[in-house]
Amino acid sequence: MSAPTAVPALTKPRKARKLAIEQRTTDSGLSVVAVRKPGVPLVELRLRVPLLSAAKSHPARAELLADSLLTGAGDYDRAGLAAAVQSFGGDLSVNVDADRMVISANVLATGLTKLLDVLAVVLTEATFDAREVALERDRLAEKLAMARSRAGVIASERLAERMWGAHPYALDLPQPDAVAATTAAQLRKLHTDRVRPAGATLVVVGDVSPKQVLDQVEQALAGWTGNAPTPRVPALPTPPGGPLLVVDRPGSVQSSMRMGGAAVPRSDARYPALQLANLIFGGYFSSRWTLNIREDKGYTYGPHSRVDHHVLGSALTLDVEVATEVTAPSLLETTYELGRIASVPVSAGEVDNVRQYAIGTLALSTSTQAGLASTLAALSAFGLGLDWVLSHPARLMATTVEQVSAAAAEFFAPARLTSVIVGDAATIAGPLRALAAIEQ
Amino acid sequence: MPRPPKLPSPSFAITHHTLANGLRVVIAPDRSAPVVGVAVLYDVGFRSEPEGRTGFAHLFEHLMFQGSANLEKLEHFHYVQSSGGTLNGSTHVDYTNYYEALPSNALERGLFLEADRMLSPRITEETLANQLEVVKNEIRVNVLNRPYGGFPWIYLPAVLFDSFANAHNGYGGFDDLESATVDDARDFFERYYAPANAVLSVAGDLDVAETLALVDKHFAGITKRPAPERPNFGEPPLTRERRTTHDDSHAPIPAVAIGYRIPDPVHSLDKLLAVVLLAEVLSDGDASRLQRRLVQRDQLVTEIAAYCGGFGDPFDERDPSGFTITAHYPKANSVDAILAAIDEEFQRVASDGLEPGELDRVRTRLAGVLLRELDAVLSRTLEFAKFELIHGRAELVAELPARLQALTEDDVRAAAAEFRPDRRAVLELIAGGSR
Repeated sequence: MSAPTAVPALTKPRKARKLAIEQRTTDSGLSVVAVRKPGVPLVELRLRVPLLSAAKSHPARAELLADSLLTGAGDYDRAGLAAAVQSFGGDLSVNVDADRMVISANVLATGLTKLLDVLAVVLTEATFDAREVALERDRLAEKLAMARSRAGVIASERLAERMWGAHPYALDLPQPDAVAATTAAQLRKLHTDRVRPAGATLVVVGDVSPKQVLDQVEQALAGWTGNAPTPRVPALPTPPGGPLLVVDRPGSVQSSMRMGGAAVPRSDARYPALQLANLIFGGYFSSRWTLNIREDKGYTYGPHSRVDHHVLGSALTLDVEVATEVTAPSLLETTYELGRIASVPVSAGEVDNVRQYAIGTLALSTSTQAGLASTLAALSAFGLGLDWVLSHPARLMATTVEQVSAAAAEFFAPARLTSVIVGDAATIAGPLRALAAIEQ
Repeated sequence: MPRPPKLPSPSFAITHHTLANGLRVVIAPDRSAPVVGVAVLYDVGFRSEPEGRTGFAHLFEHLMFQGSANLEKLEHFHYVQSSGGTLNGSTHVDYTNYYEALPSNALERGLFLEADRMLSPRITEETLANQLEVVKNEIRVNVLNRPYGGFPWIYLPAVLFDSFANAHNGYGGFDDLESATVDDARDFFERYYAPANAVLSVAGDLDVAETLALVDKHFAGITKRPAPERPNFGEPPLTRERRTTHDDSHAPIPAVAIGYRIPDPVHSLDKLLAVVLLAEVLSDGDASRLQRRLVQRDQLVTEIAAYCGGFGDPFDERDPSGFTITAHYPKANSVDAILAAIDEEFQRVASDGLEPGELDRVRTRLAGVLLRELDAVLSRTLEFAKFELIHGRAELVAELPARLQALTEDDVRAAAAEFRPDRRAVLELIAGGSR
């Protein structure tokens, strides 16, 4: 018997089962979404609270708020709170970015109500004990130093500064002096002012009855009330492009290249075409950029391009780490691929490939409790929900080759992108100067 | 005292089958979503690399994606991704895996793709030269250009273990990688990539009988070759403390890794599980003992973690395996104080036992962590394959909550008593980067 030699055809796709979903806005203004997704007897929760602010002191306060939020609440001290959550098989964590705070949890399905009770105490009675805040302030300073020792973090920070200027989105990580100046009283005030249910969304996905979850949430969080003020934040500027910024990191054996430009949100009619153009360029392994600088030339372990969605605007971001000695050739090939996709129409075959990839990976990423919960929480910031997930394949199917080519021309033109390279400047600046105007 | 709650166990129906060529097959249906996972695990990892060929198992993993019997370079990626799927592979201490997550209408395609490279990968001078550069760039991005890169997984085994097999750098030195040849790769494939040295796992939206027929159709034609004999890699516990340092020119603050040899994970599973529970008692979350002592009370370290297995998965390796504690700390010269505090905490568990409720809360949480690993179809596929290959039974993953439930406080105390200062290997990371 010999092995088959031809690639098997795909069989008829099977439809996903319809998910049971319930939604309610509580009297306090909290939007609650509950989805039944059995499989394993667990529940995933994501509580998204808007936290955007233009205040200079805000990034440090928000980060330290996240780090200190679980260090004590109500009758719980730090260890007591953690032990309680563990005892019903759960985990609680907090993270922030420029737009929001997210409290994430997962728990055995049998422990959901107890977890909600702990969550309520954290939301209404967080202690921010001065000693705990001082400890977290010192730890945050060390964690920031460790983060900023990474070439990729430096590159992303410098790109954000260059793209967004004085806008709060330029401050990805807090500055050390702002962290050092942050007090427990300021965290208590930020919590009181901004961590409020009106405008927040709680997503619950798992082995649950959705209707029952809505009642459980409403009951457990009844004491969490109030509105947060709507902050005044300037509109997002258009990234300026300009010369390539070369940032010196002596002794680097690789160079970290980052490029960014404006993009459009999911609600924009051009978005499906942009999504597909991005995949063709550098958004999946079979992309042009990967096949060129990895699989043909071996310059890198892997380039990536993606569309990031922020509340005030979306952005196209390209990132790659290349060996120091091939930094200029890598820029040459990257600029070539950008110019090619912006100037020459893409092929129907390429569009078919990425269309199936986009549809298939959306189904995969929302086939888990955690994946679906995170997706729904992220979409909630844009007024989108499960309907968007379910209807997106049809939008991708309806997108034409011409629309993808047009999106590529609009968003991938190298002249529109803002660029940064972090590396050993003494080695890379000379060769780069042959290809582009650079600034050091 | 109230009876502890019964820990939930996952229930999956698992079908086993072995083909005439020796390929072991595990099939686990779950029709709740139209997705499937396909994984092949080969029983060779970087522990089996010969001297002078460090990093070869991982370089070879890259070559398995470069075309096969009926597929040109790039076609493997193309057929998976244009079907709406994702794919990857990874090299571990004791095995190497290759896997896809696919819409269920691409199941046969996934099986064909795995069978085609089990039949014969296309390895040429050109693909070897290309993937050598890719791998060197992978090592640059993850190790050489990165603060704390490879710490401690590359450097601690050299202190904790003696034999080349257990102690060497699994990513490989550039000199060794550059001297690898196409003939080396062909020999490696012949020796280690026999069907009888592999497990195929398929899970998700599938019919068992149909899947068995498809497996037979695509894999039965691959010629039988003997599975290689696996040497005994075991090493006894240390009898004297070992210490060494590692310079990191990018790291802004120092770090330390402390390693101990642990009981045979496969043949002394209950002893391993007691060590796993001890790791949770010591470092899982703000209620754990090392967090409370070293982070919160003494403020000696900014971060601390304790785990079993070189990459934090206790069930991923055969004997010998290790227990590792890592800590990052702001003040140089605090290593001795950190070690003394850790010793006291081991001693406290060994002599005073656990606090009321402590064992139940950590194992309840651990049950949640194990269940969560089984939610995604791909990670479930990989877990079944790993437990079949390393532990001989895919079903074991579902039995772990009950095994944990049966352990007592005395088991954890006895485990803690084994962690003595004379049995540890200490690796200090010297921070050469600027603050």
